[in-house]
Amino acid sequence: MRLRFILPLAVVGAVWAVSAMAQEELRPYVIVGDSIPDSLTGLSGDAERGRAIVASRTAGLCLLCHSAPIPEERFQGNLAPNLAGAGSRWSEGQLRLRLVDASRLNPNTIMPPYYRLDRLHRVARGFEDKPILSAGQIEDVVAYLVSLKE
Amino acid sequence: MVFLASFAAAQGGAEDRRSGYQDMGAALQKMQDDDTANPAMLFVQAGEALWKQKAGASDKACADCHAAGSMKGVAARYPAFTPGSDRPVDLDGRINLCRTTQQKAPAFGPESQELLQLSAYLALQSRGLPIAPPDDARLTPVRAEGEQLFKGRQGQLNLSCADCHDDNAGKSLGGATIPQAHPTGYPIYRLEWQTLGSLKRRLRNCMIGMRAEPFAYDAPEYVALEAYLMQRAKGMTMDAPAVRP
Ligand code: HEC
Ligand code: HEC
Repeated sequence: MRLRFILPLAVVGAVWAVSAMAQEELRPYVIVGDSIPDSLTGLSGDAERGRAIVASRTAGLCLLCHSAPIPEERFQGNLAPNLAGAGSRWSEGQLRLRLVDASRLNPNTIMPPYYRLDRLHRVARGFEDKPILSAGQIEDVVAYLVSLKE
Repeated sequence: MVFLASFAAAQGGAEDRRSGYQDMGAALQKMQDDDTANPAMLFVQAGEALWKQKAGASDKACADCHAAGSMKGVAARYPAFTPGSDRPVDLDGRINLCRTTQQKAPAFGPESQELLQLSAYLALQSRGLPIAPPDDARLTPVRAEGEQLFKGRQGQLNLSCADCHDDNAGKSLGGATIPQAHPTGYPIYRLEWQTLGSLKRRLRNCMIGMRAEPFAYDAPEYVALEAYLMQRAKGMTMDAPAVRP
């Protein structure tokens, strides 16, 4: 059995590293303060694809809780802040951490952890051991959110 | 006890509990209120016929054992302990106990037409009555287990029932108003299903939405959740068989 926890390798100030070996499916990332400055894939994402993920009820699910400047999607949620202007309020790295694991910033948040596999219970068959979004999809959504300037 | 403390808190102050009926639009309320328009009433009629039909090795009908009118209030108090079972059962479970031990017939399957028809027929006889969970100490740990299930995070989306139904009720989840999850109307005719469905089916739908693995149909966890929900809705008016979006 492999360890399935996120192992803090080094704690230097507010810097954590996540072990790549512990979770073969998740890419390693480094948290600096309240952000993940570096791309999970090493590449920059595609804002157009990111918009489609945010709009989708089966991929991003974002519009269940949030509203966003995506006028063709009529049914949007109001459980969470409007995403319009997210790219003016937050840096790219801050947005990345909010997607990867918002519970790092607010332990009681209802925002799902889009790139985390531990501390989950009764995950439905077919969704086990998979993050909600892949590293590439996270980068696409980050690119879209960064483009939402006010 | 967590459950008692939070329930006492919920009882304090003015009534701010709202049923799913109060949260739906006027057109749907009208459809539910008009027995000639409420599609659940077709199931009630079929249920009444089943109630009178002899079945099983004992060749008895429900009506042979139960006097007319004796089912008033029954749907408003389940889940409950009942003779012949060492764990609490919900109304569907109670129907199936009579079916197997009294009629000596095979149990109806979960969500089968027969079970929905009979439960709709019984539920109608509690319409307008307050939800009245039994004052039975054996139910206390069951309700506490249900409360834990309600408040614990689960599924890939890492949500709890309480995140939506306690903390965000009344808000819009992708266009759908989140109700407070009071089980006043079951079984319901849900427009999205285009048929009648049980409370269990509704709970499974929410679990699937959370990307949590639903419990098996006969799992005691549903009975625990239902027992907690009924206690949480104690005193609220039954509006079964209801219509829901
Ligand atoms: C189940 C509800 C839910 C879902 C689904 C959800 N979020 Fe959130 N999100 C929240 C809440 C609530 C907050 C407010 C901060 C907090 O509570 O942590 C938030 C905060 C944010 C923030 C910071 C917003 C600000 O201006 O402060 C961003 C950006 C964000 N979410 C993006 C997304 C994206 C993109 C998706 C989909 C890929 C998504 N969220 C899905 C509930 C959700
Ligand atoms: C992300 C939000 C969310 C979560 C989590 C959730 N539900 Fe729901 N629930 C809803 C919505 C929205 C509806 C209304 C149905 C609709 O219109 O889609 C609903 C409906 C219900 C109803 C029907 C109420 C009525 O008036 O008929 C019950 C009961 C219920 N949920 C119980 C639960 C339980 C128990 C859990 C946890 C196992 C749960 N829900 C988890 C959003 C949620």
